[in-house]
Amino acid sequence: MAAKTLTIDGKMVGAHEDQTILEAARDAGIKIPTLCHLEGLSDLGACRLCLVEVKGSNRLQPACAIKVAEGMEVQTHSERLQKYRRMILELLFAERNHVCAVCVSNGHCELQNLAIELGMDHVRFDYRFSGFDVDITHNRYGLDHNRCILCTRCVRVCNEVEGAHTWDVAGRGADARVITDLKQPWGEADSCTACGKCVMACPTGALFYKGSTVAEMERDRTRLEFIVTAREKKQWIV
Amino acid sequence: MSFLDLDEWLFDLAAKIELVYSPIMDIKVYPENVDVVLIEGAVANEDHLQLIHLIRKKTKVLVSFGDCAVTGNVTALRNFLGPAEHVLRRAYLEGADIQAQIPSMPGVVPALLDTVRPVHEIVPVEVFLPGCPPPADRIRALLEQVLAGEAPHLMGSQIKFG
Repeated sequence: MAAKTLTIDGKMVGAHEDQTILEAARDAGIKIPTLCHLEGLSDLGACRLCLVEVKGSNRLQPACAIKVAEGMEVQTHSERLQKYRRMILELLFAERNHVCAVCVSNGHCELQNLAIELGMDHVRFDYRFSGFDVDITHNRYGLDHNRCILCTRCVRVCNEVEGAHTWDVAGRGADARVITDLKQPWGEADSCTACGKCVMACPTGALFYKGSTVAEMERDRTRLEFIVTAREKKQWIV
Repeated sequence: MSFLDLDEWLFDLAAKIELVYSPIMDIKVYPENVDVVLIEGAVANEDHLQLIHLIRKKTKVLVSFGDCAVTGNVTALRNFLGPAEHVLRRAYLEGADIQAQIPSMPGVVPALLDTVRPVHEIVPVEVFLPGCPPPADRIRALLEQVLAGEAPHLMGSQIKFG
């Protein structure tokens, strides 16, 4: 495996040729904000929060989806990037109904934490205020589309780790939403194994354990990490 | 209530400011030349709408104080039900056990707006203090910056929603 040398934020970094900019940055101790990325799942660059500047290109590139290259010069925290990241975050908040005060994930939410990290003290776009459905037909889990950011972690974890592919995305633009099986109520989706990996993977309060109330929804990702480590490294570390 | 959590610091604050308008003061008209105003709550009815424009005209620094003012928060959940008429029908007719009727006292009870909006969607706002409610230490941090004549700048966990 060939090694590549690049600079990230002026720091010389060595990386394997099949690593992404995001992985190389993390190995070098440089933190790039992410939302749709989850360790062990494929990356698709859905949330755009990990956008970075690569010298020689005017376009911003998603660090999770771009492979490192020899001599690449990457900026991860320029003023331009900060501006766009905050804008992306505000658009996510404006699109659906993220009412932190009454959310099951209040205090344990990756979206809420990013708002803190990026200094988002208000949303400059008009809120859409359109109501979405809540699906509580499953006997163990619930789905609140109002809090979904369409990161598709649930879709990917169900397909790639559990192997059930219960989840998918239907519709376009503002009408896009995650669905179970052929857009049936979750409780009637036959392919669902009720393993709960989607609930573990969700970054917001969109997927939750039934019975959890405000701020009670904490996610334990150790089971996901266990499976991913076992598969990728053949290490069964309990 | 969160403001009252400032406890004994309220004495220090009282010594430095002149409180000129508040819902719990016996004053009916918003005064002229106000330095700083803390606005709680979103803009939900005709009275709010009128008052917020008046406040903007007569105040130097507007602070959107708490999640309802900054985002609409829980008070804006009614927006999904549609225009004011639908909201009233849902609450007073469909939700009523006995004597279902929509209250109406023109000139006394202000009419609801069709959508609840955050303050900054109606008038420009200088400072935002999210939180439901913002805890006392954040309120104090903000007010100390304002009193020092600085442009308030809260960072990190001081701007947490919810």
